[in-house]
Amino acid sequence: MNTEHFSKQFDTELDELRSRVMEMGGLVEIQIRRAIDAFFSGDLDRIEEVIDDDHRINGLEVSIDDDCAHIIARRQPAASDLRLVMAVSRIVTDLERIGDEAAKIARMAREVYRRDRLVMPRLTDVRKVGEIAAAMLRDVLNAFVRLDAVEAARIVREDLTLDDNFRSILRQLITYMMEDPRTISTALDIVFIAKSIERIGDHATNVAESVIYVVKGKDVRHIAIDQLEREALAGGH
Amino acid sequence: MMPETALDLETQIAFRSFNFYYGKYHALRNINLEIFRRKVTAFIGPSGCGKSTLLRTMNRMYDLYPEQRAEGELILDGHNILARGTDLNALRARVGMVFQKPTPFPMSIYDNIAFGVKLHERLNRVEMDERVEWSLRKAALWNEVKDKLRQSGMSLSGGQQQRLCIARGVAVKPSVLLLDEPTSALDPISTLRIEELVAELKEEFTIAIVTHNMQQAARVSDFTAYMYLGELVEFGRTDDIFIKPRDKRTEDYITGRFG
Repeated sequence: MNTEHFSKQFDTELDELRSRVMEMGGLVEIQIRRAIDAFFSGDLDRIEEVIDDDHRINGLEVSIDDDCAHIIARRQPAASDLRLVMAVSRIVTDLERIGDEAAKIARMAREVYRRDRLVMPRLTDVRKVGEIAAAMLRDVLNAFVRLDAVEAARIVREDLTLDDNFRSILRQLITYMMEDPRTISTALDIVFIAKSIERIGDHATNVAESVIYVVKGKDVRHIAIDQLEREALAGGH
Repeated sequence: MMPETALDLETQIAFRSFNFYYGKYHALRNINLEIFRRKVTAFIGPSGCGKSTLLRTMNRMYDLYPEQRAEGELILDGHNILARGTDLNALRARVGMVFQKPTPFPMSIYDNIAFGVKLHERLNRVEMDERVEWSLRKAALWNEVKDKLRQSGMSLSGGQQQRLCIARGVAVKPSVLLLDEPTSALDPISTLRIEELVAELKEEFTIAIVTHNMQQAARVSDFTAYMYLGELVEFGRTDDIFIKPRDKRTEDYITGRFG
């Protein structure tokens, strides 16, 4: 993967494709962070910005997918090039879904603040999982650009932690709702926000699996994590 | 795509420690390879890698040139065809060949096919008519030429001439067909017709094809062999070679990179 194509133009097209994925990923990461910040600060302008900016991510998904179709049509990529193009097409779908989750978080936040100001103790856990999810996305994009299957496998493992944290938040919120039924509407909104964050982790995991596919040529979707880690560590160029 | 099981695979041709020389030049180096019955095996690699040389060993075309020689074993249906006493005419009837440029004989379409058959078999008029029709149908040419069988084979288009050569090749009922860049002189539509024909012919024949067109290898073959500088670098299922080759040199070649 380090050597150049005879066609410089093809090299340029693939470089461009990679950098557009990074651009889209960067935008998505900002959307997650802004959505969570807005949820905590209650800054309604911020919330509206997040919701409005989602269309930019949707536009990038369509446009990058179109680039993939053009490369397939014009270059007939094979082997690692083919795997890259296939993976990019999947990755932009996951990034777009992450963008949707960020917009959902912003909409939930709007609901919460429309109803009342936020009176719910111990929300630091939500902030913490939000931070984990955003970091997973950043790390998986780095793994993509460096073609690092080992780092990608680590991110798949990290998602298990995120799932545990989500379940623990859910248990806390259920306790609140049982103790004080007046908190139910707001607590439910927060459950949805935490669920969105948990879904972001799932999509970051999908991206990690696509990275492993590019590097190792193995489709590691729907297999046990131990086996996935073995595939990611297995030798080969 | 339905993956065949190993049970479907039966070795028809095997190269074992096979070496080939043009005089002092060592053109093929220690080739070990199996070609499976009723499968299409494509040979790819840069010019001069030995893929056409390898193809021509399978019906001992090289015997026409005294300075060329082969060592090792080349097994066809259980017999080493390099052995002394191999009947070359019988061998070439079993292993037919089609070349890069169409090579119709300067005779009628009918005789182009009957000529080779007469060398190997005695057929009466009706049987010969049937054989000619059968061959032309196999080569997907019958409908285009059935009303002009007495016209010269040279009057056909390039793509038709190439199918006529394939018809001539299958007329003697070989079990193996060797195709040496069969479409490199043809237009895209004629090329696709030949590729379609290859897919039909493999129901009955084992096919080995040399091609410079990698997409063609990807489209028509079940197995692909990548050769470089006289060596067999990688051999495997075409699906594996084009998605995840094992060797870096194969990867560089099929993705169009500097090796």
